[in-house]
Amino acid sequence: MHADRSAVLAGVAAEPGVPKPDPILVADSLQRSFGGIRAVDVDHLEVQRGIITGLIGPNGAGKTTFFNLLTGFDQPDNGKKSFNGDSIDGKSPHALARQGMVRTFQLTKSLTKLSVIDNMKLGARHQSGESLWRSMLRPLWGSEEKAIEQRADELLVRFKLDHMREEYAGTLSGGQRKLLEMARALMSEPDLIMLDEPMAGVNPALTQSLLEHVKDLAGQGISVVFVEHDMDVVRDISDWVVVMAEGAVIAEGPHDSITANSDVIDAYLGTHHDAPLDVEVDLDWKEADG
Amino acid sequence: MESVDWGFVLEQTLIQALGLNAAVYAIAAIGLNMHFGYAGLLNFGQAGFVAMGAYGMGIAVNQWGYPVWVAVLMGMLFSVGFAVLLGLPTLRLRADYLAIVTIAAAEIVRLVARSTALRDITRGAEGLNEFIGPFREFNPFNPSATYGIWFVQYRGNTFFAVVIGWTLAALFVLITYLLIRSPWGRVVKAIREDELAARALGKNAYRFKMQALIIGGVMGGFAGMVDAIGKATVQPDFFGAALTFFFWLVLILGGVGRVWAPIAGSILYWGLITFVQNTGRQLVDNGVIRTTIMDTNQIDQIRFWVVGGALALLMVYRPQGIFGSREEMALDAR
Repeated sequence: MHADRSAVLAGVAAEPGVPKPDPILVADSLQRSFGGIRAVDVDHLEVQRGIITGLIGPNGAGKTTFFNLLTGFDQPDNGKKSFNGDSIDGKSPHALARQGMVRTFQLTKSLTKLSVIDNMKLGARHQSGESLWRSMLRPLWGSEEKAIEQRADELLVRFKLDHMREEYAGTLSGGQRKLLEMARALMSEPDLIMLDEPMAGVNPALTQSLLEHVKDLAGQGISVVFVEHDMDVVRDISDWVVVMAEGAVIAEGPHDSITANSDVIDAYLGTHHDAPLDVEVDLDWKEADG
Repeated sequence: MESVDWGFVLEQTLIQALGLNAAVYAIAAIGLNMHFGYAGLLNFGQAGFVAMGAYGMGIAVNQWGYPVWVAVLMGMLFSVGFAVLLGLPTLRLRADYLAIVTIAAAEIVRLVARSTALRDITRGAEGLNEFIGPFREFNPFNPSATYGIWFVQYRGNTFFAVVIGWTLAALFVLITYLLIRSPWGRVVKAIREDELAARALGKNAYRFKMQALIIGGVMGGFAGMVDAIGKATVQPDFFGAALTFFFWLVLILGGVGRVWAPIAGSILYWGLITFVQNTGRQLVDNGVIRTTIMDTNQIDQIRFWVVGGALALLMVYRPQGIFGSREEMALDAR
């Protein structure tokens, strides 16, 4: 947690759906069902600009589905959402990315047969050389490409991937791929970066460096939302924590208020976690079975 | 008497390896390389695009009497239309759907073209045979003379089509090279690797895939036009499903995702098939292989065995094709 950043939310009550002073992303009555299962049913959620918001919840809480709804990779059955004050209902993922909301994936999507530097350059937004007609004439995009390459090289140094510059991304280790994906997302100079389980499958040594990078992002004024189900990771970096269970937001607030919240503890450990264990039931069952 | 006249075999092999068929297959495979090698689009109906080019051009002259340039434009438009028609419903779906639709659509094109209902336009099963006149007016070569280098000689009219064919092949390789080294090519390759990742980075995958489908399809259309000019006819049954798979063979032989590979693959394919055919025929004719074992007609079938066997060996010992990158291939296995 960062003192300056969380100070913005000092006066905000720690209750689900609470309004924030300067929300960058707002979801309203978002619902999504798969067959008979209501995977997401979020009444209202505002994400504050410029801070790190952790989205947590036990497995199956609907975090990733909610994430997909916000980033346009899935469309809600009903409900509204807005980004930077503009409605983003029905917008496709690429349109959202162009507006400044970029995401990463739980299962890393490094483009294996592209070099590391090409992966990076791909991330840059609004490239004129991506137009079919201009692409064949290098003078039309050469200088732009140079600027992009320079920015990519700076980021590679920051993420300690510069020694792999020319290698195929497919030759990177799992942790390096996570770093590459995050660096590539930064190439688009986003306002909001959405990280889906950035620490999943990363060895503990690298976790620390990834966390530092996430904190860095917020330091540069980029808003961060990340999904995680490991509470320890969340404690270290979140300025604000949103807890989901069974598709709904059941709590939100600074980390300390969350860990004390009985709803959250119930969601993680089960409603009757503090009831005494009934050993006899177990024995009865064994006898009946025998 | 020698059992095989190697000089003759070599001559025939080179004439075919550098000839009209090789150029046509190379052009179609360059288009397929754009589809599959770079954009990852599984097009199993390249013969349909080739047919669209040939029929578009042929109908314009044969039936409607348009000038040559309009005819070529119409061949291109037919291919573009075919690409859009196939792409609109399928490019938003998973890659396999395009494969299913293209293989069916190419057969539909052939069957519709040879149907009696469309006799007034496509001339049905007899095909288009009266369009070559206006094209030959542009032929700078003497039809009754032969042209070429060394003993690789072609008659004037064929040579005209061969020159057009290889010029277009070289031009399309250049276009492919320019496109692929650009940011456009980077996006297209990224979509091949992982479409969701590309979309998350703000790339409209649908638009890029459609562009790639159209470019490769128009190249296929030109293959059809060159073939029509070279053979002075458009026959519906030439555009069967097997043709598509020969284009794939040429592409894989050369190496998927390498700009020059389709040209090398095509030369090699036609060289190999002609070499086996001519050697076999001579062995039969000169009694080395007795006709009780095999006759010359059977030799024509055996050549496909040899090509198939060669391809199988290639897949075992050099799965990336002749010019492909082993390093890239190895990444798939991870």
